[in-house]
Amino acid sequence: MTTVENLISRYRESLEDAPLQIAADYKQQHPHQKLVGCYPVYTPVELIHASGMLPVGVIGAGNRLEIAHADSRFQSFVCSIVKSTLELGLTDKLNFLDGIVFHSICDPARNLGSVFKRNFPNLMVEYIHFPQNMTSTHTLDYLVAEYRRLAASYEQLSGKKITDEALQNSIALYNEQRRLLRELYAIRRETPQNLSTVECYVLTRIGTLLPPDEHIAILREALPQLHRRDEKPKDRIKVVLEGSFCEQPPIELLDGLESAGCYILDDDILTGWRWFTDDIPVDNDPLRNLADAYLNQSVYSGVKHDTREPKSKHLIDKFKETGAAAVLILAAKFCEPALFDYALYKRALEKESIPHLCLEFEEKMWIFDKARTEVETFVESMLFD
Amino acid sequence: MAEVAVAAKSTYQGQMHLLQKEMMGRYFERMTRAAEQGDGKAVYMLISGNPVELIQAFDLIPVYPEIDALQLAAKKSALPFILKAEELGYSMDNCAYVKADVGLFLGDRKTPFATIPLPSLILCNYVGCNVYLQWFEHLAEYCNGQLYNLDIPFLRDPSGQPSPEDITYVVRQLEEVIEICEKLTGKKLDYARLKQIVSRSSETGEMWSRIKGLTKNIPSPFDAYFDSVTMMAPLYCLRGTEDGVRFFETALKEMEEKVKMGTGPLPEERFRFIIEGPPPWPYLRTFRDMFAKWGAVAVASTYSTVGGLWEFGFRHDANHPLESIAQHMLQWNVTNRNFLQRYQQIRRYVEEWHADALVIHSVKSCRLFSAGQGDMREYFTKELNVPTLLVESDLEDPRYFSEAQLKNRIDAFFESLEHKKMVRAGAEAGGAA
Ligand code: SF4
Ligand code: SF4
Repeated sequence: MTTVENLISRYRESLEDAPLQIAADYKQQHPHQKLVGCYPVYTPVELIHASGMLPVGVIGAGNRLEIAHADSRFQSFVCSIVKSTLELGLTDKLNFLDGIVFHSICDPARNLGSVFKRNFPNLMVEYIHFPQNMTSTHTLDYLVAEYRRLAASYEQLSGKKITDEALQNSIALYNEQRRLLRELYAIRRETPQNLSTVECYVLTRIGTLLPPDEHIAILREALPQLHRRDEKPKDRIKVVLEGSFCEQPPIELLDGLESAGCYILDDDILTGWRWFTDDIPVDNDPLRNLADAYLNQSVYSGVKHDTREPKSKHLIDKFKETGAAAVLILAAKFCEPALFDYALYKRALEKESIPHLCLEFEEKMWIFDKARTEVETFVESMLFD
Repeated sequence: MAEVAVAAKSTYQGQMHLLQKEMMGRYFERMTRAAEQGDGKAVYMLISGNPVELIQAFDLIPVYPEIDALQLAAKKSALPFILKAEELGYSMDNCAYVKADVGLFLGDRKTPFATIPLPSLILCNYVGCNVYLQWFEHLAEYCNGQLYNLDIPFLRDPSGQPSPEDITYVVRQLEEVIEICEKLTGKKLDYARLKQIVSRSSETGEMWSRIKGLTKNIPSPFDAYFDSVTMMAPLYCLRGTEDGVRFFETALKEMEEKVKMGTGPLPEERFRFIIEGPPPWPYLRTFRDMFAKWGAVAVASTYSTVGGLWEFGFRHDANHPLESIAQHMLQWNVTNRNFLQRYQQIRRYVEEWHADALVIHSVKSCRLFSAGQGDMREYFTKELNVPTLLVESDLEDPRYFSEAQLKNRIDAFFESLEHKKMVRAGAEAGGAA
């Protein structure tokens, strides 16, 4: 039996080196399996899976890929992940994919979808328009139609019909994956000394790169071991982290933040792969259930604008439920959705007298001293207040 | 004859510009009255594919924070508001239109052109730009106002058309907006009136489209970037009104006369270019002069199609008012069309408007326009062989306008174009001999 520590360190290395390698290796071992890349934040992966293909998270290229071509297509003021994703394509590192899907998270990501279409004619590029009107009684019908359109497109790519039964099975499978991830996150909330943010991140991220049943098996093996851990809590402040829903902070940065003196009880990293607060019902019309879940069961984020409740209320609720002492905003540089959110978060947090620190990061960053020092200073100010 | 020509020329600045000033003045006064005396109710909206017809049908006042922001920038008074927003937590890297507007909104809302009324309804017509959603989300939170997200599905089908479900979805939402407006005004929608307004929009679209067609003439009678902006405010604020129709009648007549007389905006038209991207409002004049110096005239611009794209044939249809408003929002504006459709729009401009070059003005604030423009340049230079210049500045924030750098780039570009022209002329002359 592999220990969870071995497992995590093996995958961590691979993720740091080239985040997509795990999926590329999988393709090499299963040459007939079709793979569809999913750009963040959300994708109804069940639709892809039910057509017999494997959805794979294309969530940036980490900090070891040199950007040599993409920066002549996207300007300096565009976030890193847009450029690194294009760079992957331009350097033939996405050839193992049969399709890729983008959606309406922000203006750069949307334009990236078009740029992909023009530059990679062999790749099937899909684009989802997720509704931003959460109050209309007609939104659900719209989204059902959008998912049908998408389903038809994936049936064509895979050559396989998506039956209700197949979709029900896929939903059940991803429900299980998400349930186990919720269990994983619960460990961090309750006993953060027993599971570091990086460990949790690695265990979650590989789920975007492996078939869900394999990931489920890994989690089933890992979770009991993690439950048995019994570390002594260190003298750290407890925080919730917000703002990293799309571009991913480097793993070393996450390490650095924690060792600078905090326990991150909850975060919105990879939120799109655990975006439902509860199981999606599998009975009746599964496609409609999937659409309804987006409207009524999905987590908030910087790219979903629900007028029913202010976003800052969600953040403050999360803060209170976890029992954190502070909020850490970790926003990708040039990420407008995250940076705009910050203005509202700041206002709400100040109103509630909740201490917070805002940091910017880039996927491609190498040096973390400044971020670490800022966190250390912040932690000190909290501990000795 | 000569006398008439001279008279027409000397009154040119007078007619269209004066009328615009007078009408927009009245529009701003109406806003001020609403703000200061509670006379009338304001609906905040966004420019892209705006459904102003509905708002006019209820006699509500359409207020566009984008127009307020650009007026501030053009009057060189935006920076203090931007800085105020940054103090509140907005980033250096957020769209400066939003920052200028938020700074203004959280103060006394007094500007040199109007006092901006508080909104009775914040109608976020989400047409393309994702920043819109957050902009209006923030305003709603600041004033605890009523917010409706009018969600317009982006054009994503390979056909380039909206699906029937997209159209139904938008029409249903428009009906919900009507209900909200009915509650707000205590009046039922007068459907006959809406039809009349939509019919005026159709007339306006027809005239605007003809005006835009005139720049196919050599020389072009006006600059389709720098002069178009004069016509854009009436297009958004007055479309559907009698004033709106009158303005465009005047503008069309004036431009047709200029074509007849063979006059353009510059003494001599030496280069024709297409321009992509919004203008640098704080330095509009300076920027214009950089092109004027070379005898370069913009003969078409994507920016003038943000609020609506009429020159390819779209007209509102009074017999189907809601469906045609939906079509306008979904398909007939540059912002809701995908990036590759924009390439094709520009390509048509280059070919049908006989342009020598493409200039991309890449603005930091507006990633809707700018993100990926390097790929656009690649397409035009490598695939189509169209000389293309990409320059960067901003539409609102004066801190991002580097005059010397822009001037150098523009000079170098036109120098090389001129050189190419000379070589070509030489070759042709040589060939003929
Ligand atoms: S990091 Fe932010 S700006 Fe960049 S693609 Fe993601 S959501 Fe868009
Ligand atoms: S990003 Fe562009 S379209 Fe959107 S609000 Fe800013 S300037 Fe307007």
